[in-house]
Amino acid sequence: MYSLKGKNIVQLNVNKEIHDVVIRPSDVLLNTLRDQLGLTGAKPGCENGDCGACTVLIDGWPVKSCLMLTVEALGKKITTVEGLKNVPIQKAFIEKFAFQCGYCTSGFLLVCHALATIHPYPPDIVIDEWLQSNICRCTSYEEIGNAVRAILSGEI
Amino acid sequence: MPKTGIGVTVIRKEACNKVTGDAKYTNDFISVGILTAKMVTSTCAHAAIKKIDIAQASSLPGVRAIITGDNCSVIYGPLLEDRPPLAHKKVRYYGEPIALVVADNEFIASQAVFLIKVEYEPLPVVNSPSEAIRQGAVILHENLGSYKTVVEDVYPKPGTNICDQKQIRKGDIQKGFFESDIIEEARFILPQSDHIAMETRTAQAKINADGTVFIRSASQAPHGIKKEISKVFGLEEGKVIVEVPFVGGGFGGKASIQLELLAYMASKAVGGREIKIINSRENDIVTSPCRMGLEAIIKLGASKDGKLKAIQMTYLVDTGAYSDTGPRLARAIAVDCTGPYNIDNVWCDVLCVYTNHPYVTAFRGFGHASYTFCIERMIDKLARRLQMDPAEFRKINSLLPNHTTPTQVKVTESNFGNLVACIDKLKTLINWEEGDRLEIGNDKIKAKGMACLWKTSNSPPDEVSGVFLTFNEDGSINLNCGCVEYGPAMKTTAAQILSEKLKMDINRIYVNMDVNTKYSPKHWKTVASMTTFMLGRAVLRAAEDVIRQLKSLAAVVLRCPPENLEVEDEKIYVKSDPAIFLNFKDLVHGYKYNNGNSVEGQILGRGSFIMSDINVLDKETGKGKAGPYWTVGAQAVEIEFDKKEYTYRFIKAATVMDAGNLLNPSMAESLVKGGMCMGLGLGSRECFNYGPEGEVLDTSLRSYKVMHFGETPQYLVEFVETPQLDSPYEARGIAEHGIIGIPAALGNALSVAVQAELDELPLVPETIWRIKTGGVL
Repeated sequence: MYSLKGKNIVQLNVNKEIHDVVIRPSDVLLNTLRDQLGLTGAKPGCENGDCGACTVLIDGWPVKSCLMLTVEALGKKITTVEGLKNVPIQKAFIEKFAFQCGYCTSGFLLVCHALATIHPYPPDIVIDEWLQSNICRCTSYEEIGNAVRAILSGEI
Repeated sequence: MPKTGIGVTVIRKEACNKVTGDAKYTNDFISVGILTAKMVTSTCAHAAIKKIDIAQASSLPGVRAIITGDNCSVIYGPLLEDRPPLAHKKVRYYGEPIALVVADNEFIASQAVFLIKVEYEPLPVVNSPSEAIRQGAVILHENLGSYKTVVEDVYPKPGTNICDQKQIRKGDIQKGFFESDIIEEARFILPQSDHIAMETRTAQAKINADGTVFIRSASQAPHGIKKEISKVFGLEEGKVIVEVPFVGGGFGGKASIQLELLAYMASKAVGGREIKIINSRENDIVTSPCRMGLEAIIKLGASKDGKLKAIQMTYLVDTGAYSDTGPRLARAIAVDCTGPYNIDNVWCDVLCVYTNHPYVTAFRGFGHASYTFCIERMIDKLARRLQMDPAEFRKINSLLPNHTTPTQVKVTESNFGNLVACIDKLKTLINWEEGDRLEIGNDKIKAKGMACLWKTSNSPPDEVSGVFLTFNEDGSINLNCGCVEYGPAMKTTAAQILSEKLKMDINRIYVNMDVNTKYSPKHWKTVASMTTFMLGRAVLRAAEDVIRQLKSLAAVVLRCPPENLEVEDEKIYVKSDPAIFLNFKDLVHGYKYNNGNSVEGQILGRGSFIMSDINVLDKETGKGKAGPYWTVGAQAVEIEFDKKEYTYRFIKAATVMDAGNLLNPSMAESLVKGGMCMGLGLGSRECFNYGPEGEVLDTSLRSYKVMHFGETPQYLVEFVETPQLDSPYEARGIAEHGIIGIPAALGNALSVAVQAELDELPLVPETIWRIKTGGVL
């Protein structure tokens, strides 16, 4: 447990780098990542936990960064889309036409990447459950499904 | 051979940027010292503003300015000037902006918004379009008669809530019904809904010391913003510079101008400092414009042998509190009001009416998904009365070459395509012959419904697109155009067209992804599925321009007539002996002889296109041409309905679209499927529910539900390819069309399954239960 009051300099572990940031207790992780570290891959879409555009990984698990206080992320490993370096899901999203406008893409990529890491052989119902957390308004979702299945099957 | 152009699946140009977080959207441009503007919005749908108390908020440290309607004399509208950017003396919809706080950051701005107290005196509300036209209805705009009309063909009726009226009079409606053996009549209700682009609308503004105004916006219409800002605030057009980076989805919602006006006002209020205004999701849903609602009464007659004879329609477009794009939606509905069917006798009135609902703008399909639901439900009803197969009924009534449309435009194979072929292909795809209603046990029913669609563009008659081409010294090309990249890969399409024309590798063509009105040629708006057509034509002209210049320079060097030369793979060669050639890189920045003497300079290509042959529709009959071509298609939905629960799930959704020549097949398929997914959402769940006082109840994604992963059906998409002769490489626009017929096909499938007439949307289980049972438990 941390106890914070007023403004504090704290350290965040983001994409395997340690960064100093200045936070208030009420600061939300999404805003800290974007405004202080310039990691704008995480997008605000609803700031209410409904859309998933702001998804990041916390110790490998997808979390909506609009619902997490920055202080809650202290001591944890944060991965944003900028931390994905040529992982298969990026290639799969391109080849399977799994995005159009690209705004929800960072969030979906991180959910899919975590799914493949945590559940390498998920039944369909698990894929559905995981990916229902996010909204894409451009594609039909079928393309995103094709992309995640392509990495799970080893096709990509 | 290099990878050239069209008809092959091409990965979008910006793909890498979008999977790495590198693609920047408006709100990703974060600069130190930028101020935050935040809106105070109305909690009443209709009320007089008695008092706005800003005293407490003003004294908050870090608040730099507060603007209310009293500080702003502007009244704006793209067609009819009826909307103050900040409500003045009166609010007309729930969520309307009332005041604007400019503060050092979001945190302080939010506190200030909270401290501003608005006192209202509630007024009676108009809560539906039919209420709006009732005798004695409350009038939203007392000064309608004095509002300035911006275009010639908008016809407000002062003293009423009607801000525009369009009509179609074709043939003899009385004769048509007299010749009809069977006549069906029904009423339809479709509430408003929202775009829910994943990026909410946002704008940034700065006024420089030299008086130039810089606006960065999540918009589909950078050049439109430039024009309107300069007009509204009396600025020279050249002093307004608008930049649009990547846009996170538009669906029509970012084609209107709203936050940009507020951003400029906010910056002006703080001496020109840079400010940003970002819609919360809640503001984006209710404060910024949404999708139109519609009520309709339709009477449709046919002869015993199944030929449609007459149709009479009244459509009430719920434009909400302000006109904005509403009159154009009314016109779009009038233009294509019958659906893609041959009916000689047409009588159609479209009233665009004010209500105390959020105001509306374009939405994917531009009114077509709404009226198509009504028409296609009517077609199904009539087919069943006639005991005809609904597919066959549609086929025998399809528009064909030499027929005329409701606005009396002659149909040709090129401008219309082949609907009958689409229906035939759809029948196979969805296994239509299996039957449209099967009891499959456990109280479950499997049912299918279909719908046809068509859409033309409704563009202004003089709209333009343009392209500049410059070369890099290595012979590769930079393509600069003014269209916005918000998803459908139109920039990639432009590169494909250029690559095809120059027979060069598409990877050697670089396209500007952002648009800056100072440098990019004007492109009307990135809307109406018209980019391939308009921009594509400009690209072809620009390509011809550089080919002419390259050939003329190469002719001098190679000492031959230019017509002996051909261009391919970044080379110009002599047709009769391709071994004699020059490389682009030796020519594009001038040709240098061995002794150093040089001739010509950079090769600069330009291509321009203006819409032609489009006209203003006749006020009395609607006669006239609204767009250059139609895209037609047929769609079907198969569902499994639970008789006990009134719930259902999607099994299949199918589309066959006449796309002309397909330019990028996988992208085309994906665009159509995306439209279909959105159509399933509109049909099954998406809508605004209003409270009794006109307040929108669904203001967040918690209660406003869209389609999610795992709910989607199996998608089946195929194409018919009837060439459109005046389009680049004979392609038709397809970006919107996937949505249009899906709510109707769903309505038809469910009506068959439930054995009830389901004439409203969205079809949630409760609605189905209410219609089926009359609401009796």
